[in-house]
Amino acid sequence: MHSRKPFYILVALLFLAGVAASIYRGIEHNVPFLPGKQVQSWAVDAKVSFQGVGEATEVTFSLPSDPAFEILVENATSPGYGLTIADDELGRHATWSTRTAIGQQDLYYKVTLVPTGKNEIVAKNQPAEPLPFSWPATEKAAAEQIMDEIWSRSATNLSFAQQLNQSINASERSQNIELLLSGNSPASLFVNMLNSKGIPAQKVNGLFLEDQRRRQQLTTFVEVYHQGEWILFNPADGTQGRPDNLMIWDRTGKSTLDVIGGVNSQVTFSMLQDTRSALATSIDVLKNKDALDFSLYQLPLEEQSLFKGILLIPIGVLMVVFLRVIIGIKTSGTFMPVLIALAFIQTTLLTGLIGFLLIVAFGLMIRSYLSELNLLLISRISAVIIVVIGIIGLFTLLSYKFGLSEGLTITFFPMIILAWTIERMSILWEEEGAKEVVVQGGGSLFVATLAYLAMSATWVQHWVFNFLGIHLVILAVVLLMGQYTGYKLLELRRFRPLAGE
Amino acid sequence: MLFARPKTLKDNGVLGMNKRNIDFIGRYNPRKYYKRVDDKLTTKQLALANDIAVPALIGTVTQQHDIAHIPEMVNNQDGFVIKPSQGSGGKGILVITKVENGHYFKPNGNEVTPSEIDRHVSNILSGLFSLGGKPDVAIVEGLIQFDPVFDGYSFEGVPDIRLIVFKGFPIMGMLRLSTAASDGKANLHQGAVGVGLDIATGKGLHAVQFDRPIELHPDTDKKLIDITVPHWDTLLHTASKAYEMSELGYLGTDMVLDQKLGPLLLELNARPGLAIQIANGQGILPRLRHVEQMKNKSMSVEERVAYAKKHFSNSPVA
Repeated sequence: MHSRKPFYILVALLFLAGVAASIYRGIEHNVPFLPGKQVQSWAVDAKVSFQGVGEATEVTFSLPSDPAFEILVENATSPGYGLTIADDELGRHATWSTRTAIGQQDLYYKVTLVPTGKNEIVAKNQPAEPLPFSWPATEKAAAEQIMDEIWSRSATNLSFAQQLNQSINASERSQNIELLLSGNSPASLFVNMLNSKGIPAQKVNGLFLEDQRRRQQLTTFVEVYHQGEWILFNPADGTQGRPDNLMIWDRTGKSTLDVIGGVNSQVTFSMLQDTRSALATSIDVLKNKDALDFSLYQLPLEEQSLFKGILLIPIGVLMVVFLRVIIGIKTSGTFMPVLIALAFIQTTLLTGLIGFLLIVAFGLMIRSYLSELNLLLISRISAVIIVVIGIIGLFTLLSYKFGLSEGLTITFFPMIILAWTIERMSILWEEEGAKEVVVQGGGSLFVATLAYLAMSATWVQHWVFNFLGIHLVILAVVLLMGQYTGYKLLELRRFRPLAGE
Repeated sequence: MLFARPKTLKDNGVLGMNKRNIDFIGRYNPRKYYKRVDDKLTTKQLALANDIAVPALIGTVTQQHDIAHIPEMVNNQDGFVIKPSQGSGGKGILVITKVENGHYFKPNGNEVTPSEIDRHVSNILSGLFSLGGKPDVAIVEGLIQFDPVFDGYSFEGVPDIRLIVFKGFPIMGMLRLSTAASDGKANLHQGAVGVGLDIATGKGLHAVQFDRPIELHPDTDKKLIDITVPHWDTLLHTASKAYEMSELGYLGTDMVLDQKLGPLLLELNARPGLAIQIANGQGILPRLRHVEQMKNKSMSVEERVAYAKKHFSNSPVA
């Protein structure tokens, strides 16, 4: 007797691999766990405008790079301009260029964004300690006094920043702060004071996303480094943390828009909220990243829809194994119910059941005539197949004439299976009577119906196609059931006389 | 209570289908020997080579065009049986009890026309009754003259004796009696009566129909547990011998009693059903476990039969 251990390890590995692959797909690729899930997306238009002065013009515009938003589509329209989009030490940016630009110039950048839910800004590496800001003589004393005072009642860099932000925005500000604010913006003052204490901090530009807003401007925030993460502060109102609807447009700390050869440049934003399917969104994102790896969405549409059907078979098979091994229902033919259930998916359940019963009933009548002809089995089965095709054709034609569109789906029944079913049922009838035909045929249809119900559930269809790992889990369960030595449910009834009651 | 508790069944040693398949058939029946039992013609030849009595072989039909020879084959017979060599569950067995001037009659008196026989044999050859639809061979056998000892116990059909043999030990037995409900067939799921038999004596212990205990034969009203199967020792020996012949550890043997020839081996079964437990009113598992625990004892047929009589009987003989 060889050890069962490797088997159980294999089953456990299959199970874990399947679950892990599914979870990875859900979390990392944002494939929704439930079908029909919707996500919000944002369409943001940035309009860069300036007055051309008739010189060679170069416009550099920072593009968004925010871990909290995934870029689905982006494009820039700029007739007459050369355009390059680059990602270098200046961050992601677009550069428009032209030899001459005269008068009002409008350049557009459009982007569609999807929230990723990753709201923290994780620092890739520890930032270098900033150089202390050299305060003008008029401000030096006031600034140092404030910094020292707040430093003494703070414990960490973070609490220092929090205290400082509050002081700058206090309703009754100290004389010193009023003095400093008269010559500095709150953001600059905040950053300079943090830098003077050796705390990495920089200005970032963010955009508040609000549906159907136009002509919006960027808002300046300050991010402060704290234990591997950048924490956002709003020095204009003293709040800390990222507001829900904020998108960080530009984190370079430099100006968002640079125009050479133009004057009166400005950038305004308009935006629109949109709802789209979470699944379609994640597929688009994957396509953008060229990271479709094991997704079936790489296949041509025709093969995709083929696989959508094929990948349901494991679910049907699982049902049949369960119903036979654990429950103990008898079916005629091992996987005939699965094939019938596949046909039901095309025909819908009620039409399918009626169609199946009609075809088998007519087939049995014709088969009883064939049995009088004393044919060889092969030619009899072949004759039944041809007759089944005839019956299907007749029903299709009749239902078309009567305007019953449901009847047209009858063509989806696997004809060889039907012919075999008719042959088997006919023999069963002759040998064991009509009752047995009803019992066995009914059992098969019952199992087929259950398999159909499992296979037609939208979330099942969603899972088997989008989370291929689930098939490893099914394999593990099927293997495990193959080892089940306990009683079948129906045996508990069958062997009841042996329970000594 | 519609369902028994699994725990109770387990405590009573009831063997379930899954456990039978995995722990006994899968473990003790090597696949390569299945042909010896699944093909009745092979079984017959093996039995003859091992001096086990079987019903007379009148002939075989392997080709469609040989069907025409059947009438001359059965010319001098009082009756005959046509069965598929690889059939299962009693499917495809045609019994002709009377041949009169080229007219054939079934046990219930209905006539079977020659063309019906032709069609039946043709179906057999095409594999309609064989597992997986493989082309098959039809066997024509001599009719068994049933021992009258079962008169009144069986209705219109073939009483047969099923013994479960595990590693050569006959461990449980039952007598299957056809009824009107089973249409002369001895299959329990079709309504035949099963009578559990004491391994030591061949006496009836307990009887069931449709998995429910009964006392009297439904058609003849005879008290079922009064039966004692004659030739019991021969039956046990034949069953035990079938182990060496088939080399299958978990085996069902089906035998019939012929008036003149005594016990005849009808067929072997590598996947015997579980209804024998219900017929005996007890689970088979304790006996299987008992044999499993007797490691590496090589015993002769006589020793095994004696051992089984001593240990697996409900009223052990000293």
